[in-house]
Amino acid sequence: MTARDVQNILGARVLVGEELLDREVRSACGSDMMSDVLAFSKDHSVLLTGLCNPQVIRTAEMLDIVCLIFVRGKKPDQTILDMARERNLIVMETGHRMFSSCGMLYKAGLGGGAI
Amino acid sequence: MNDAIVLKYPISPDDFTRAGEASSDVKGKLKQLGVSPEAVRKVAIAMYEGEINMVIHAKGGEITVEITPERILMILADVGPGIPDVEKAMQAGYSTAPDEVRSLGFGAGMGLPNMKKYTDDMRIETELGVGTTITMEVRLG
Repeated sequence: MTARDVQNILGARVLVGEELLDREVRSACGSDMMSDVLAFSKDHSVLLTGLCNPQVIRTAEMLDIVCLIFVRGKKPDQTILDMARERNLIVMETGHRMFSSCGMLYKAGLGGGAI
Repeated sequence: MNDAIVLKYPISPDDFTRAGEASSDVKGKLKQLGVSPEAVRKVAIAMYEGEINMVIHAKGGEITVEITPERILMILADVGPGIPDVEKAMQAGYSTAPDEVRSLGFGAGMGLPNMKKYTDDMRIETELGVGTTITMEVRLG
């Protein structure tokens, strides 16, 4: 699916990267612990998190994540959004909780990817 | 070895917002040099974890990265407290990071195990009260 599909499924608001929404996404992971994301994420293109600090952007950068989704209505500040823009990341926010967000995407066919 | 590219980055302590800048820079440079995406990713993750560790546990330090066509060497030298029990620190899930670090998304006890996982060789030299030097190598080709 594309990042636009992800947006529609979650009813998410795009904060950065509106012009990049046609990018393909193949798998996703969800965590508030960046160490775990770094440990277990292989070839993930979507990261769902409730953590809201600059290290989320850096983690996404190291892993070549395409689309970052802040769940539970978390609002990243301008510094975070600027960092995302510099790195060509798509950033969205959704009011859904982590479990529901992951479930909705999984149900729509977006898997957890290889381990 | 004559064509080695050497990069040096001072790492400031207690500046969590900036942690990862060095790794980000190295990642960009490796991409420019045409290093394979898989190797770039391994270096980026291992170095980022190390950089975060230096900010969390040590009083900063310096990272040196040496790039040759054969391998990428990362030397992370800090002047921190040292690691009391390296074997324990290498166990996945073992962490001595304070709660505030966990609230920032780190301190899951995956730092050193991740660094080992993503590199072809890792050596830890540590002395209590003096500091720690971690040398990691990712082989190319």
